[in-house]
Amino acid sequence: MAKIIEGLYYSESHEFVKVEGEYGYVGITDYAQEQLGNVVYVDMPEVGDEVTAGTEFGAVESVKAASDLVSPVSGSVEEINETLEDAPELINKDAFANWIIKVKLSAPDELKSLMDAEAYKAHCCE
Amino acid sequence: MVSFGGFEMPLQYVDITTEHNAVRKACGVFDVSHMGEIFVKGADAEKFVQYIFTNDVAGAPAGKIFYGMALYDDGGTVDDLLVYKLGEQNYLLVVNAANIDKDYDWFKQHASTFAVEVTNESDVYGQLAIQGPQAEHVMETVLQLPCKELSFYTFKTLQVGGEEIIVSRTGYTGEDGFEIYGSHKFIQDSWDKLMESHQAQPCGLGCRDTLRFEVGLPLYGDELSNKISPIMAGLGMFVKLTKENFVGKAAVARQKEEGVRQKIVGIELADRAIPRHGYEVLTDDKVVGVVTTGYNSISTGKSVCMALVDIAYAKLGTPVQVRIHRKLHDGTVTKKRFYEKNYKK
Repeated sequence: MAKIIEGLYYSESHEFVKVEGEYGYVGITDYAQEQLGNVVYVDMPEVGDEVTAGTEFGAVESVKAASDLVSPVSGSVEEINETLEDAPELINKDAFANWIIKVKLSAPDELKSLMDAEAYKAHCCE
Repeated sequence: MVSFGGFEMPLQYVDITTEHNAVRKACGVFDVSHMGEIFVKGADAEKFVQYIFTNDVAGAPAGKIFYGMALYDDGGTVDDLLVYKLGEQNYLLVVNAANIDKDYDWFKQHASTFAVEVTNESDVYGQLAIQGPQAEHVMETVLQLPCKELSFYTFKTLQVGGEEIIVSRTGYTGEDGFEIYGSHKFIQDSWDKLMESHQAQPCGLGCRDTLRFEVGLPLYGDELSNKISPIMAGLGMFVKLTKENFVGKAAVARQKEEGVRQKIVGIELADRAIPRHGYEVLTDDKVVGVVTTGYNSISTGKSVCMALVDIAYAKLGTPVQVRIHRKLHDGTVTKKRFYEKNYKK
């Protein structure tokens, strides 16, 4: 059973946002990593790039397939998780701890359209 | 499960990496019953096979296997296949699942002027591939099929439980291994024995592709197609121009003499990004080719691909880039064998 953490925001395409002040840490959910299998590469944007809610900003790749990353929020990329460049498998070990990008939120209202843990749980198990 | 050549097949049983490593280090088994079996029988059997196949089977003893292609007149590839010489007037052609109907039609079309009977028995035969350094041991002890004495690319028939089966030392992984052809019941029983023994990892289509790719073996549809001739794919050694005549000979002879415009090469990337089928290969913002198969190679950890590139960029060491998602990633043209084969000859 995939882990779901209270207090995070979730998208239908299985990304999460953990909000700290004006920043959001974006990654993929435990459910998503389970579905993907062994992650062998994470394609990330560059610091300073703009991301837009509902738009692709990178990809998580398993041996067999590339899966697009869709940003649940808009803003500028403040930081990328560089440890994933050499150790993409960390996503399989702990998807929530290994966020992919840190975004300076330009439209925090967007968070309202995302799911909470309870709603996401229902979404996963549908 | 994935759809492949009209069959529903498992992409993986456990995961691709585990299955891949089992074949490289121990033993894996693939249910490849989807492969096609077409028989050519009759007084002109050898003449006919020589006519529709690029390799030279003339004078070979029964028990010998040949790899090669069937070609169109323009040198494009109908299919790549194995030819088993069962007897002087009896050949088995093992073809790709997705091409069974196309190949069968093609062979029948060309058979009218030969004294042969061409039959498609793909539905009758099942097939297992038992692959890896432990394959011989597993064949002998678990399946009790004596095969030690078989050399690479030879086969024998065995009487087992009232039916004749075929055992060959062949495969599609770059490791030592065997392929068995028999009734669906025999194949099912053998599979069950292997599962009970826990000595053979069940392997899906996923690692079948990563294994063959690493050792530079082509997949029809990727490195060979109606547009990609064996000469372009670097498989000229399986095209015997010394033979009297065969379909496509004039075209491939011209390609060999004048050179080809595009060629299949290997590319190694500087980073871990994964070049996949269909991605563009570029130099100086100009598209010069397309990726045919690519992975982060499980055995070497390197991101590598095979690609069809313009001949001007096919030389070893040529710097190129591959467009992966939005970015260009640096790479170098290399040999298309990323891992050494480990055959027992």
